[in-house]
Amino acid sequence: MDSNAVIATLTPLVTGASFEVGASVDFATVYVSADRLLETCIVLRDAPSLRFNVLVEVTAADYFPRAPRFEVVYHLLSISNRLRLRLKVRSSAHDAIPTVQSVWPSAGWLEREVWDMFGIVFDGHPDLRRLLMPEDWDGHPQRKDYPVQIRKAPQTYEPLEISEEEFKANLERDRLKRTN
Amino acid sequence: MAELRTETMTVNMGPQHPSTHGVLRLVLELDGEVIRSATPTIGYLHTGIEKTAEQKKWQQVVPLVERMDYLAAQSNSFAYALSVEKLLGIEMPQRVKDIRVLIAELQRIASHLIWLGTHSMEIGAVSMLFYAIRERELLMNINELIAGFRFFPSYIRIGGLREDLPRGFHEAVNAFLDRFPTKVDEYEGLLSENDIFMRRTQGVGVISQENALAWGLLGPIARASGSNYDVRKYFPYSGYETYDFDVPTAVEGDVYARYRVRMRELRESVKISRQAIKRIAPSGAWACDDPRIVPPPKDKVYTEMEALIQHFLIYSQGFTVPAGDAYVPVEGPRGEHGVYVVSDGTNRPWRIKMRAPSFLAIQALPSIIKGGLIADVVAVIGSNDVVMGDCDR
Repeated sequence: MDSNAVIATLTPLVTGASFEVGASVDFATVYVSADRLLETCIVLRDAPSLRFNVLVEVTAADYFPRAPRFEVVYHLLSISNRLRLRLKVRSSAHDAIPTVQSVWPSAGWLEREVWDMFGIVFDGHPDLRRLLMPEDWDGHPQRKDYPVQIRKAPQTYEPLEISEEEFKANLERDRLKRTN
Repeated sequence: MAELRTETMTVNMGPQHPSTHGVLRLVLELDGEVIRSATPTIGYLHTGIEKTAEQKKWQQVVPLVERMDYLAAQSNSFAYALSVEKLLGIEMPQRVKDIRVLIAELQRIASHLIWLGTHSMEIGAVSMLFYAIRERELLMNINELIAGFRFFPSYIRIGGLREDLPRGFHEAVNAFLDRFPTKVDEYEGLLSENDIFMRRTQGVGVISQENALAWGLLGPIARASGSNYDVRKYFPYSGYETYDFDVPTAVEGDVYARYRVRMRELRESVKISRQAIKRIAPSGAWACDDPRIVPPPKDKVYTEMEALIQHFLIYSQGFTVPAGDAYVPVEGPRGEHGVYVVSDGTNRPWRIKMRAPSFLAIQALPSIIKGGLIADVVAVIGSNDVVMGDCDR
C-alpha cells in the first residue's frame, strides 16, 4: 500500500483533514497537520484495511533554519496487514502537538524523549519531564543550534543534613506525587 | 501487642545494582512484599551518540552505533548499513548478504548467551553464567578473527564488509556450530526442568499479547505472548526469505515462556547459520562494486593514479548520500532494531535515531511488575533482556 492508497483510505474517515504525500524510498509516508493528528491516529489503528496496532517509534528531526523547523516522525506497523507507515507532522518550536498516548501507550516515553531532545511540547502528555538528560538541564541537545561540545561547571552538593521528620515528609510527598 | 504498621515502603533499587544490567534505577513502592508502583529512571548511560553521529561522516558512524547496544553490536551496524544503503539505492552481492546473515545470527547467539547467563544467575543458577560465557568466548574469537576486535568489530560497513573473510573462518564457524547444539541441550538440562527455576519463572511477569504490542515490545517478548511477528519473516531483508527457519512462539507470556522462546531461537540461529556458512564461498565479493563508497583494493592504490585519488577521496571527504530518510529494521536479539536515518545530501548524516528495544522494554516494566512480588522484579528485568546502553544511547 503506497502513500496515495493510505491517503485515499484515510480521507473519507477523518473529517476536515488534509494529507500530503511525503517523498520516501522505503515505505508509505504521509504528512498530517497537528490539529488532525489524534483523529488520524485513531483511524489508522482501527480501520480494518489499515490496523496499525503498533507504534514502533516516535522521533523528530530538526531542519533548522528551515521554517517550520521540526518534523515529528511516527513509525507505525500493522502486523495483520504487513504494512509500515511513516506519519509526519511539521512543527515549529512554539507549536504543541497532541499526544497519541491514548492511542498507543508506547508513545509515553518516546514523546518524552522528543521533548527532552528537541523541546517539542506534546499537548496532554501526563508526564512531560526530562528522560535522558538530568532534570536540571538547560536546552534541548538534539537541536541543530545547540552546540556539540559545551563545558558545564561540575555541580557540587551540600552534604546531606536532614532530620528524620523531613526525610519522612519527603517520602510522603514523593508517594503522593506518584499516586496522583 | 504493638499495632500493625500499614504504610507502604519506598525502596530505591539501583542505579548501581548488579541485577539492573547496567545503570537502571527503580523506585519501588511496596506494600509488604507486593509492588504497588514502580518508577524507572533512565539516562545514566546517555552518551549522546545520536548527536555525535551528526558530526561524523557516514562511514564513521558505524563504530558509534555499535556501541549503543553493546551486547549486540553487529545488529546495530547491520540496521544502520541497511538504512543508509536504502538511501543510496545500492544492492549487495549475494555473498555479502549471506555473510551478514551469518554474522547477525552469531551475534544473536552471543547476545542470548549473555542474557541466559545473567538472567539465570540472578534467579539463583549461578553456574549457568560460566557455561554461557564459555561458548560466547568462541564467538568472541570469531569476531577477533574477522576484525581484530572482540566486542565491536565494525565489520559490517556501508557498501558491504570491511574486508574479505580471513583464512580459518569457515573452520572456526563450523567448529562452533558443531559444538553448540549439544551445549544448548546442556543448558536446557540444567534449567528447563529445574524445579527452583520453574517456580521462580512460571506465572511471573505475565504480559498479554495485546499489551506487549501496545507497548511496542516487538521481538522475543511479544513472541512469548503469542505474537508471531518477526522482521525476518514479515519484512525480509538481506535474503532471509531464502532461508528455512521457524519463528519460535509461546502463549503463556510469563518469564518462563520468554526463556523457552529464546532457547529455541538459539537453535533456529544455529539452523540459519549452518545454511549460511554452506552458501559462503571461501573467497569472493565482500563489498558492492560502487566506486563512490568502496575504496579500491590496496595493490591498485599503489600502482594506479585513479585508484589513489579514489582512495584519498573516500578517506578524506567520505561519500555523499542522497537527501531523504529511510528506516530499515532488522530482527535484533532484543527485538526490532532499526535506525532512522535522515540525509540532507551531504557527506554527514543529518539525523540518526536508533529504535531501541530496551528503551520500550523498560517503559513497559512498571505495568509488568505491578502487583507482583519484589523478588520477581529481578526475574522480569532479566527476562526482558534490557541493555542500558541500548536504552540510553
